[in-house]
Amino acid sequence: MSALLQVDGISRRFGGIRAVDGAAFDVEAGSITGLIGPNGAGKTTAFNVISGFLRPQSGTITFDGNRIERQPAHMIARAGLVRTFQIPRVLTRMSVLENVQLAATRQPGEVLGAALIAPRAVSRREREVRDEAMQILDLVRLSRLANDYAGTLSGGQRKLLELARALMTGPRMILLDEPMAGVAPTLALQLLEHILERRARRGTTFLVIEHDMEAIMAISDRVIVMDEGRVIAIGSAADVQQDERVIEAYLGRREAQPA
Amino acid sequence: MSTDGEVVVSVRSVVAGYADEDVLHGVSLNVPSGKVVAVIGPNGSGKSTLLKAIYGLLHPRQGSVMFRDRSGATHELTGLRPHAVTRLGINFVPQLANVFPDLSVRENLEVGAFVHAGRFHEHLERVLLTFPALGTMLSARAATLSGGQRQMLGIARALISDPQVLILDEPSAGLAPSVVDTVFGTIKSINASGVSILMVEQKARQCLSMSDYGYVLDMGENRIAGTGEQLLHDPEVIQLYLGNRGRLGEAVLRLRREFVT
Repeated sequence: MSALLQVDGISRRFGGIRAVDGAAFDVEAGSITGLIGPNGAGKTTAFNVISGFLRPQSGTITFDGNRIERQPAHMIARAGLVRTFQIPRVLTRMSVLENVQLAATRQPGEVLGAALIAPRAVSRREREVRDEAMQILDLVRLSRLANDYAGTLSGGQRKLLELARALMTGPRMILLDEPMAGVAPTLALQLLEHILERRARRGTTFLVIEHDMEAIMAISDRVIVMDEGRVIAIGSAADVQQDERVIEAYLGRREAQPA
Repeated sequence: MSTDGEVVVSVRSVVAGYADEDVLHGVSLNVPSGKVVAVIGPNGSGKSTLLKAIYGLLHPRQGSVMFRDRSGATHELTGLRPHAVTRLGINFVPQLANVFPDLSVRENLEVGAFVHAGRFHEHLERVLLTFPALGTMLSARAATLSGGQRQMLGIARALISDPQVLILDEPSAGLAPSVVDTVFGTIKSINASGVSILMVEQKARQCLSMSDYGYVLDMGENRIAGTGEQLLHDPEVIQLYLGNRGRLGEAVLRLRREFVT
């Protein structure tokens, strides 16, 4: 396997705070990689930088052989790298199905000329998109709610809808920001199953921020641990669980220094 | 868990939460008189919610919180408002020392002294013995203090009510490591003067090493309890933070094997 994503020395400051401070790691193609760390470690900022929502102040990011650290989010998404948000961003006044349909790429009907010249091709593609969207909604158990307004979904259901929209773009790699937070325990296992299934069927690569340690340790091939903006450990779940630097990041130093 | 000394705060099977979601699902703990008790646990385990339920910032839906005052009288705290809890002898230092930024150091302390109307000066003198540095900046606006100084002011403001029990929510939050040591040292010396301490901390190991007893919460329930020393060396505590294998983990690993073949 080779690295699909290479993050090399990225930094991002906010005022005097170094949210991400020279973080570096690789993500193997086809892997499920966990990104963990205590509150304020810089995980979400790292996601924002990788996905083009923030520019890094230094460092490089290579996705599928191309440098992307100066590209805007929509270009990065078009290249096949998409992300979800910790707080789901759904279009509340559109139906669940429409939310997913919108995420599809290659929609000729979006171009007025194509809609006039080749209406059949447009409607064919629209049917394809609709079918695929329904399949994905089936997968995340939301097809029953396909015609409801997205605004009526619960927090957990919105998370699933976000995942569905990310899947709909047919990406090579998905960054998931706390996919389990706010998701009911019964749905949580299903969500993890979708991730494993998608990876098995389509070879999709996942980088996942998650505070549920049991889940992230079980699903990840490799775990990256951040603390104070830096990567402090990379390895298997068992490796990082025994790493003294990781234990220190989560539980503090062993002894208080004499005051 | 065996406790020497009288119990001053006794929490029994408290259920509490926000809106229609329970965060604590029946949590119990004891604070023995004159001891330091730590509450630790991973993010979202309910530590801060527990402190709020004890101090009256949040009313438990079930369970009881009993307090035994210096005269030996017992009080049921559930249903009381924070100022009433403070009058009985328990005070609270919120996370990130919520001092009043536009008030001076002296005014902040004066607010904390509401229980001793007219006797502010004698209590100010007493507290400044523990916090001599604050004495040199009494007229400074709290907003101009460093994070560490603000934390000290927050603790001093709680201490000025002369509490029997001091509750602290993550006193080390946002402070540089050297300042954390100073804050922990101050808490130790407050305890040495006879005040019982109940504190929630992220820096679990440093906190346990100065605590007589500790409770580990996980997902709103009591998970492990013991002396600070026992918990400090209990591998289960680390597992709770860094992922122990339960039913969900087993199920995911089974799925992983299925999808590989």
